[in-house]
This record gives sequence, structure tokens and C-alpha cells, in this order.
Amino acid sequence: MAGGAAASGMQGAPRWVGTVLLPLVNLLAALIVSGLVILAIGQDPIRAMGILVNGAFGYPEAIGYTLFYTTNFIFTGLAVAVAFHCGLFNIGGEGQATLGGLGVALVMLPLDFLPWWALLPLAILASMAFGAAWAAIPAYLQARRGSHIVITTIMFNFIAATVMVYLLVNVMIAPGQMSPETRRFAPDATLPLLSEVFAWMGVKVPRSPVNLSLVVALIACIGVWVLIWRTRWGYEIRTVGQNQQAAVYAGISPAKNIVLAMLISGALAGMMALNEIMGANERLLLNFSAGYGFVGIAVALMGRNHPAGIILASLLFGALYQGGADLAFEIPAISKEMVIVIQGLVILFAGALEYMFRPHLLALFRRRTAAAG
Amino acid sequence: MEDIRFFILLLDATLRVSVPLILCAMAGVFSERSGIVDISLEGKMLLGAFAAASIAWLTGSVWVGLLAGMGVGMAFSLLHGFACITHNGNQVVSGVAINILATGLTIVLGIAFFREGGRTPSLAADERFRPITLPFADALADVPVLGGIYSELISGHNILVYITFALVGLVWYVVYRTRFGLRLRAVGESPAAVDTAGISVARLRYQALMLNGALCGIAGAYLSTAQSAAFIKDMSAGKGFIALAALIFGKWKPVPAMLACLLFGFLEALAARMQGMLDPSQFAEGLGRELVKALPFFIEALPYILVVLLLAGFVGKAVAPKAIGIPYIKER
Repeated sequence: MAGGAAASGMQGAPRWVGTVLLPLVNLLAALIVSGLVILAIGQDPIRAMGILVNGAFGYPEAIGYTLFYTTNFIFTGLAVAVAFHCGLFNIGGEGQATLGGLGVALVMLPLDFLPWWALLPLAILASMAFGAAWAAIPAYLQARRGSHIVITTIMFNFIAATVMVYLLVNVMIAPGQMSPETRRFAPDATLPLLSEVFAWMGVKVPRSPVNLSLVVALIACIGVWVLIWRTRWGYEIRTVGQNQQAAVYAGISPAKNIVLAMLISGALAGMMALNEIMGANERLLLNFSAGYGFVGIAVALMGRNHPAGIILASLLFGALYQGGADLAFEIPAISKEMVIVIQGLVILFAGALEYMFRPHLLALFRRRTAAAG
Repeated sequence: MEDIRFFILLLDATLRVSVPLILCAMAGVFSERSGIVDISLEGKMLLGAFAAASIAWLTGSVWVGLLAGMGVGMAFSLLHGFACITHNGNQVVSGVAINILATGLTIVLGIAFFREGGRTPSLAADERFRPITLPFADALADVPVLGGIYSELISGHNILVYITFALVGLVWYVVYRTRFGLRLRAVGESPAAVDTAGISVARLRYQALMLNGALCGIAGAYLSTAQSAAFIKDMSAGKGFIALAALIFGKWKPVPAMLACLLFGFLEALAARMQGMLDPSQFAEGLGRELVKALPFFIEALPYILVVLLLAGFVGKAVAPKAIGIPYIKER
């Protein structure tokens, strides 16, 4: 239904208006309202913006941290996007990432006498399998029994959180320790930092938590692009997403593709744990998904559900996270949660209010083209 | 005798934790019966809690705080309506946006205004909703069973608890016995029919959302000015989603939704009591002890599991309002 309205509104305006200009206008609107919030608490938004940008890109460690956060957003953004292509709303990224972490830990804990390069393929498979498994039940219930996937995935987030607390408090906690965490993985078993990788090649880069999972994330982007636009599976997923009835007439099974899309989506969300658990934290702990699953929605919306767009949007949100930390440090009156406000506003303008600016913008360019022609 | 008293106290705790769930579920009845999905109950409750505690502290009046909470809840409902009704935006996306905004805004504004790490200043006794002792509660407390029920369970709550249960009756009356309620139910099932009858779909849905926002605001005020004496960051802690689950479990009807809230509240109170009472080391090592350890967690997750089973059609059947989630676009 949304696709139809968008398509009819597109006529006559150049393609880049919808794919590039509109997201930028929405982002600008979100930033303007964020600026008003900063004004309301008596601070200077222009100065805040300067600190934020410098904090995200101004020095080498900052770039490393920005890329570290970017990695999480690429995984969760891709997860939301694949489900979107099938017309599904997967807001269960949090729970699927949590379970992905469990999968990674179950590979790492018994096997971390092995080197990281032997463990990486196993950890990738485990994170994908556990994330996909957590998405499988809501997917099956949507496909076969019509249970609304938004509600079931929300419920599965809470169930995952409870399961994780139980496991970490009672089963997986490291002996003799108070906080609910597993023991640390062996140092040689965890993913190398990019600074270490560069050091092997003789290039000196300052240390930051960005690690090899960024490369895995970029490969996943290519994989998703190929899957969605270059394979029969992707074609079927998109067809179901556009029009279920048409898909049925074309001999495409909506149920099968709903399950397939959600399995891939859950697997991608689960892979976020590679970055957080096998990379940065080197142990399984509570709440490492920390809202990345939800922000994946903003990433997918901003990135127009395309891997290239998702990389850019992830970079934007990664920069916000890192720059926001610096901002809170420089101006204590602005807390780091300002970034959450900006994220909420981006989801509002780029997602919920996507039809607010679109008609005006398209009309503007249609008139120009008509006048020129 | 001790068992009875334990049970009465458990039910007493159930009432107290159920109130915000019931208020949010009633809020959900209005929006979802009008055809607007609302997963932002959580966020509006949190914003309401922040506004109520801040304003109650500033003005020294808990009632002004309550009004502020309701006002803020309504303002964000208006935003939800602006996105979903006026601009035909995706209702789930709008809800997610409001929830994230609520988390961020309450902390950012709280730290900027009060500088206490996201808390609002503690409210004095007369800036809060205090427990009310009903007539003769103390005198009757010694009467076996009934006296305990009256003095512990029925008496001794704050005014919002009594208002909440009165509101459930009122919501039932409005939804099933008034012209507005009839139109509300109709617009959630078949907006085109309502439109054909010359009634504005958008206007009705906005009205439903205003009621929704006010109720979420009361729920928030209950959290920060009745249950606690300040706003604490993220104090809604998923209650809005449990309320949403209860709304679905109650099949979008006011009284069954209230009962579902009481059930979920009971489970929450029970899980909290069990964690303190059951000592796993008293049980023989092995499977039994592991099950005892897992039990409170299972009870905690039970509301979510029950809703999934219900939606899957394994426990009864939940049929949502037919037009829910679909923007109404008038044909021209």
C-alpha cells in the first residue's frame, strides 16, 4: 500500500530526489529539532554540533570508535532491511542479537584454546544460527497462523532478556564472580582489532575497539545486495513484500518467503554479537544489544533498505554515538542520551513522517523538470 | 492464618503493580479500537512520569503534576496522530520513534534541569499521592479474614488506585454504551462505512488518541508520584509492553484487558516474592534445584509467552480490530 503511493508520487521527478535528497531533508529536520532541544536546555546547538563532528571524526581513535559502533548498526540495519523487503517488520533485533551472543559464547567457551581464525567461521555460523532460530518462531507463527510479527517479536525480545538473565546468573556465570558474566575468552581466541591487523602490515594506527567484524559486516552487505537483487530467492522475497496476492498468482509461496526472510534477518541481527562479544567485550554479558536492534530500524529507513545506504546511515549513527560521548564530556549539561533523542527524531522524520516532505519535494522538482522540458 | 495473610499481601501487591498496566491497557483500548496501533504506551507513560514528578516538585501540587503528565501524554499522542492520521505514516515506526524519544528526552531534560543524573528531586509527602485509610479499616483489622481483606487489600491505597478501577467501568461504559463508543468501534472495523455515514474518521481517531494520551499520563504520574517519590530514568521498565500484551490477551475489550493486567500483575508480584522466599539450596542437588532456580524467571516471562501462544491460536483466539494499522485514505 505504501509502495503504491510512493510510486505514483515519484512520476516526473528525478530518482535522486527520492533516494538522496529526501533522506537528507529528513535528517536536517531531525537535526533542527534536536538543535531546538539543545536551545531549550540553554546550550549552543552550533557549538554542540561542532564538538559532535570533531568527536566522531576529528582524531584517529575517534574514527576507530565511530567505525566500531558503525559495525553494530550495519548488522542490525541489514537485518531490518531484509525483513522490510518481504513486507515484514522485525523489531526483534534486540532479542536475536542477544541470542547470537549466546551462540558465540557457546562456541568460544569450550573451544577458545583454538586461534581466532579457526574460531571465526564457527562463531559466525553460531551467531547466525542462534539469531535465526530466535526469529524462526515469530516467522513461522506469522506465516502459518497469522500472528502479528510486530507483537511476537517484541515479546521475544523480553523472553530473550529473561532467558539471558537466567543463564548468566545461574548457569554461565564465571565461578567466584559477582557480576553475571561468563569468564573472559582466551586472548588469542578473540577477534583481532583493526589496529593489530594494520600493525601486522607495518602500519601504525591508534588502538580502538574496531575489529575484524567490520570486514565481516561489509561482506554481509555485499551478500545481502546479491541475495536481494541478484538471486531468485531475493526476487521472491521482494515480490511477496510488494504484493502477496500477486506472488501467489506467480506461484511464489508467501509463507515460505516470510520464514526465509526472517531467518536471514535474525541471522544478520545475531551477527552483531561478533563485534560485541567476540570482538570488544571478550565475554558474554547482559544487555550488550543496548538498543542497537531498535536503531537498526532508523538505519534501514535512512538507508532506503539498500546496503550502500545502510553503510552510510550506519556511519552516521556510529558517528552520533561516538561524537555524543565526546559532547557529553565537553558540555556536561548535554548528556550522552542526546544521541538517543536525535535517533528518535530521525526515525520520526525519516520513517513515520516520510510522507510529510515527500509530496512537496517531488512537486518542486516536477515543476522544474516540466518547465525545463 | 499466616497463609491467608500472605495471600492477602500478595493480592495487595498485585493491585499496586497492576494499576499502571490497567491504565495503559485502557489507553490501548481507545487507540487500537479506533484502528491505530500503539506500541508507544511505554514511551508516553515514561514521559508522563517525568512531567508529573517535575511539575509536582516545581508547583508543590501533586494534582498539577498529574495534569502535566496527562498533558504531555496527550501531546505525544497528538504527534502519533499527526504522523499516522494526518500523514498516513507507519504506525509501528511512529510508536518506535516515540518510545526512543521518550527514553532520550526524559534523561536529557532531567539531567539538564535537575543535575541529579536523570532523577528528579525527591517529592515531599504532600507532593505525592499518599495511601488513604478507608473508614473503620484499623478497627476492623482484627476481624478474621474479612477484616484483613478490608484493611490490607481494599483500604490503604492511594487515590489513583481507586480512580483506576473506576475508570475501567467508565471506559467500558464509553466504549459500549455511548454514541462515541459505537463510532469508535466502527471506525476500527470499517472506517469507510463510518466515512460514508458522514463522520470524520480522522477526527474520531484523534479523539481516541487524546483519551489514550491522558490515560498514559495518569499511568506515568502513578509511577513517579504515587509508587515512587521521584522520576527515575527508564522507570517504566517495559510495563507499557506488558500492558500491550494484556490488551491483546483481553482481546481489546476493557474488562477482560483489566483482568489480564491483574493476572500479569499477580505473576510479577509472585515472581518478586518467590525470589526472596525460595532458597534453592534447601532442595536436593540436581534437576529439582535447577527448576527451583528457573521458576521465578519462567513466571516473569510467562506474560510474554502467554501472549505469543494466544496470538498463535493455541489459547483461545485474539481477533484484532479489522482496520488496525491501516491508514485510512479517503477516495477522491
